[in-house]
Amino acid sequence: MSGSLDVFLARRWEDLVMLTLQHLAVVALSLAIATVLGVLIGLLVWDRNVPRTAALTAAGIAITIPSLALLALLSPVLGLGWAPTVVSLVFYSLLPIVRNTVVGLREVPAHLVESARGMGMTPVKTLLSIQLPLAWPVIVTGIRVAAQLTVGIAAIAAYVAGPGLGLYIFKGLSSLGSANALNFALTGTICVVLLALLIDGAFVLIARYSTSRGLRV
Amino acid sequence: MSEPGVGIELSHVTKLYAGQQQAAVEDFSLSVDPGELVMFVGPSGCGKTTTMKMINRIIEPSSGSITIDGQDVLSLDPNELRRHIGYVIQQIGLFPHMTIAENIATVPKLLGWSRERTNNRVDELLRTVQLDPAVFAHRYPKQLSGGQQQRVGVARALAADPPVMLMDEPFGATDPITRQKLQAEFLKLQADIGKTIIFVTHDFDEAVRLGDRIAVLGERSRIEQFDTPANILANPANDYVSSFIGHGAGLMRLALIPISDVELDAPDATAPAVDADSSLRDALDLLMVTGAERVNVSGGEGSLTHARISAALNKARHPVEAS
Repeated sequence: MSGSLDVFLARRWEDLVMLTLQHLAVVALSLAIATVLGVLIGLLVWDRNVPRTAALTAAGIAITIPSLALLALLSPVLGLGWAPTVVSLVFYSLLPIVRNTVVGLREVPAHLVESARGMGMTPVKTLLSIQLPLAWPVIVTGIRVAAQLTVGIAAIAAYVAGPGLGLYIFKGLSSLGSANALNFALTGTICVVLLALLIDGAFVLIARYSTSRGLRV
Repeated sequence: MSEPGVGIELSHVTKLYAGQQQAAVEDFSLSVDPGELVMFVGPSGCGKTTTMKMINRIIEPSSGSITIDGQDVLSLDPNELRRHIGYVIQQIGLFPHMTIAENIATVPKLLGWSRERTNNRVDELLRTVQLDPAVFAHRYPKQLSGGQQQRVGVARALAADPPVMLMDEPFGATDPITRQKLQAEFLKLQADIGKTIIFVTHDFDEAVRLGDRIAVLGERSRIEQFDTPANILANPANDYVSSFIGHGAGLMRLALIPISDVELDAPDATAPAVDADSSLRDALDLLMVTGAERVNVSGGEGSLTHARISAALNKARHPVEAS
């Protein structure tokens, strides 16, 4: 016998809103850290063969570690809650962000860089006012992929008492057979999917308004 | 108000890339007068672009010295040096994420000009290259045609009024009609501003049309001949130069001789008329097209026949002996 969904929602919607906001907050915080870190790593390695290959390979291998395994590894060191959650989300976000930063910078036509240098721009100025803005649409796409990835992985972080909607999914899982098991799992999952769609939509707008009109297709 | 050109002196300049046996540019010496437009012409890969890029140190020379207005460029800060040398490349290199006005303002911004001075200069330059500032200043490069982009490229290079300009096949990527138009505009502009310009091209016709002097370059940027277009066409220094000129040297030379330089026969009002300030090539063209015996030079000073044109060409053949 299972409890009806509308009664379940009526009783817990405040709880649900709070969990959704927590979920959003942990994803946003992790993305912000990963963007700074990832773009920085990208800037350091993009035009040097060995460091670039090393960074991309390391990030590529890192992403194959199952998220549950990573949390199990982090938790003994970082404890429970936000810390292991944020660290693992940053960890998974780095690959798409570093990779797209590298690809974006490498796609900037060489003659534009030569043109900038030929007019007397310093290398740093060229990087900041020519190369990065031109690579930006590709970098934003990387951040967007990372966002999709982390919304899903954040749900699993409830295993180490991380914030967010994962709590409901695990509640459902641990109370199999009880009246509300399906309701917990279902609302948790649907909210994660809705949040992911919402964030993706937000990125369409972010990409549009943070890209120069001269670059928009 | 524009700053006139200054002299450029390259002396024994060599570029040897690491790990290569042969130099890309070997012992290159050349002196360019203030306000002169010198064309570097040669086949692809001969080192002409490398030679030019050593002047603004996009490529560092391995040995030798380069001076601009007597100042050794190798002793200057490369970024500071480049802000005072106009630079136009074949791909134009307009920054796609910046407006036309922002593109032109690049060097003034680096030099720390005030906003007002920069804006005035941008408007002035857009008008100079015949683009209406009200229409074009706030457009993006992708909204302009190839010819318009190239004009903006020239305007951007002129922004801080540099005495020296380096141009690497600037009109190479445009269609023939646009190219001729840009070349004509460019000559008119240069007549006003009198910059010292080094202009790289592989198109000998372009070199003849634009250059005050042409340096014909062979392998490793060896100077095969350095002289005025008329002298190179009349007296090619060697087989290499002759082969580079190709066919039609006579016609090219006719294009360089204005009708006003030639002795005329008595006027003939019945003959087809050619403009007094056109070239002998135009006169010959009219003779061929109309099939007439002679053409009348409008203004009534006289007329021209095949024989006159031919004599003028042959008189110009030995300019050294003649003078």
